[in-house]
Amino acid sequence: MNNIKTSSAIRRRYRADGRFKVYCLAAVLFALLFLVFFFSDLMTRGWPALLQAEVQADIHYSEVVAEGRYRKAIDKSLRPLVSRGWLRTLPLYLEDHPQKMGSREELWVIASSAVDQYLKGHSSKLKLRHRKLVDKLKSEGRIKLAFNTGLFTRGDSKMPEIAGIRSAVVGTLYVLFLTMIFALPTGIMTAIYLEEFAPDNRFIRLIELNINNLAAIPSIMFGLLGLAIFINFFGVPRSSALAGGLTLALMTLPVVVISARAALKAIPDSIREGALGVGASPWQSIWHHVLPLAMPGIMTGSIIGLAQAMGETAPLIIVGMIAYIPDSPDGILDAATVLPAQIYTWAGEPMRAYAERTAAGILVLLAVLLSMNALAIGLRRHFERRW
Amino acid sequence: MNEASSAEPVSSADAMIGIDGLRLWYGDHEVLHGVSLGIRERHVTAFIGPSGCGKSTLLRCVNRMNDRIQGCRLEGSVMLDGTDIYAPDVDVVQLRTRVGMVFQKPNPFPKTIYENIAYAPRIHGIARNGVAMDELVENCLHRAGLWEEVKDKLQQPGTALSGGQQQRLCIARTIAVRPEVILMDEPCSALDPIATAKIEELIDELKNEFTIVIVTHNMQQAARVSDYTAFFYLGDLIEYADTSTIFTAPNKTQTEDYITGRFG
Repeated sequence: MNNIKTSSAIRRRYRADGRFKVYCLAAVLFALLFLVFFFSDLMTRGWPALLQAEVQADIHYSEVVAEGRYRKAIDKSLRPLVSRGWLRTLPLYLEDHPQKMGSREELWVIASSAVDQYLKGHSSKLKLRHRKLVDKLKSEGRIKLAFNTGLFTRGDSKMPEIAGIRSAVVGTLYVLFLTMIFALPTGIMTAIYLEEFAPDNRFIRLIELNINNLAAIPSIMFGLLGLAIFINFFGVPRSSALAGGLTLALMTLPVVVISARAALKAIPDSIREGALGVGASPWQSIWHHVLPLAMPGIMTGSIIGLAQAMGETAPLIIVGMIAYIPDSPDGILDAATVLPAQIYTWAGEPMRAYAERTAAGILVLLAVLLSMNALAIGLRRHFERRW
Repeated sequence: MNEASSAEPVSSADAMIGIDGLRLWYGDHEVLHGVSLGIRERHVTAFIGPSGCGKSTLLRCVNRMNDRIQGCRLEGSVMLDGTDIYAPDVDVVQLRTRVGMVFQKPNPFPKTIYENIAYAPRIHGIARNGVAMDELVENCLHRAGLWEEVKDKLQQPGTALSGGQQQRLCIARTIAVRPEVILMDEPCSALDPIATAKIEELIDELKNEFTIVIVTHNMQQAARVSDYTAFFYLGDLIEYADTSTIFTAPNKTQTEDYITGRFG
């Protein structure tokens, strides 16, 4: 300590410090770069799916249309530009609205995906003469790109221009709800037992070890387990929200147990002793005092577990939730699909319009997941408490 | 009987709590080696001794708080008004309404001041909500000497009070159940001298109604508040006598060494 002037050794040490800091910063920037790339790529790909080409057409509700020759509903020249998928819905529409029979109506109708892609400036298999027609209609203001409400209000379709995420969203809601009602009570009760009541013996330690290991099992294994137990043994219908929800509940359970135990462990023992000291039973001390305090922590962990379940595809493929589901399920036993599975299906489609929808689906999924995580953080902030 | 009982100043006929030959183990470690003493009703008894002497453990035997500790077992008996509290037909929850406890660190529930007091009477059905409960809460806060300080903020969290106030709130919470005995485990060790003085005053008043057993590291405190003092060392009761005897003319040299500060 007699020489406080910087020696070369000290300077070398500082240089090493500085280098280390630069490496760390570089790692952060690298990760950030990936994130920025990922999001901007998704945005630029997914954005166009929010717009959909529409053509102004004169619809003629005639007997022929009701009989099933729906293409006759519009003028021959416009037929190649209009979505066949949309035209196909006309007979059913007439059945529901018989008073429209024989009338005519000027409507903005969904254009075919070829027109849509052409208008968005992507490669399109639209024929040259149709391209000219589109250009002409565009200059007349009879064809436009409008907000694609159909993406959110329609189910899956083999025609990309009328394919939407609705059935997948409804399926996801069903599955998530079922996962929640199976996994949360079971998980929280398990955590309470293990944390508050269980004696410290070999059997309990074995259970704890198993739960901790379950959280690390590849999720596809839970799919196999769900297939074997719920579908093959209990006869739950394949592809149903019930099968998916139960399978994901199995997967989420260890996450809930572990986070709930951590939350319970964080409650100081003085709270329990205070309650027991005034003559509360062990159950009352937990129910009235410990659990309300641990609840924010439990909820945070549970929401993160559920968000993880929501983004899960692999186990659901195994229980058959990857099927083509154009209509929203009406109940937990109906065949359903979920958002990630829908994204997976669309990603496998060769048509460009599906690629857009894949990216848009991912954006929706990401938005929901991020808001769930934000909710978890918000809950934790709001209920953070000191004693 | 062992030598500890010979020092017993309270005849067992007078004793409200009779501890006899109590041995206690945490796993393989014997913490109490056969302790016997009687605790007199409506008096203050202090347990003193260096850390690890088993005084807190003994205190926690009286309301069976040690039941919570895994691997804790005991031999001997603890009698409360002639009933062995470790008998199989004794309900622990019931026992704890008769033997209340105030802990080392103030631990009010993270609820309102009102709710801190009202909780236990409600679960025991002593008072329902409404006027009766309001009166009970006020009464308990009065007796704990806290009413004037908190009467305008009953709906504020109990955890927002100062340490001394929190501890008095915990005492108020304890007497709301109308126990016969109040156990205090170093109730002032986390408090400043002024807050400590208030608690000591309170103990002086409460002993007219309750039997109080207090564990303390502060020998002046034991001398000030207690009627009887028991000195423990390494799991043995070394000496038990009325407080003035212990502090002025102790029988054992160990006691004398401890209270004069030569060890501990």
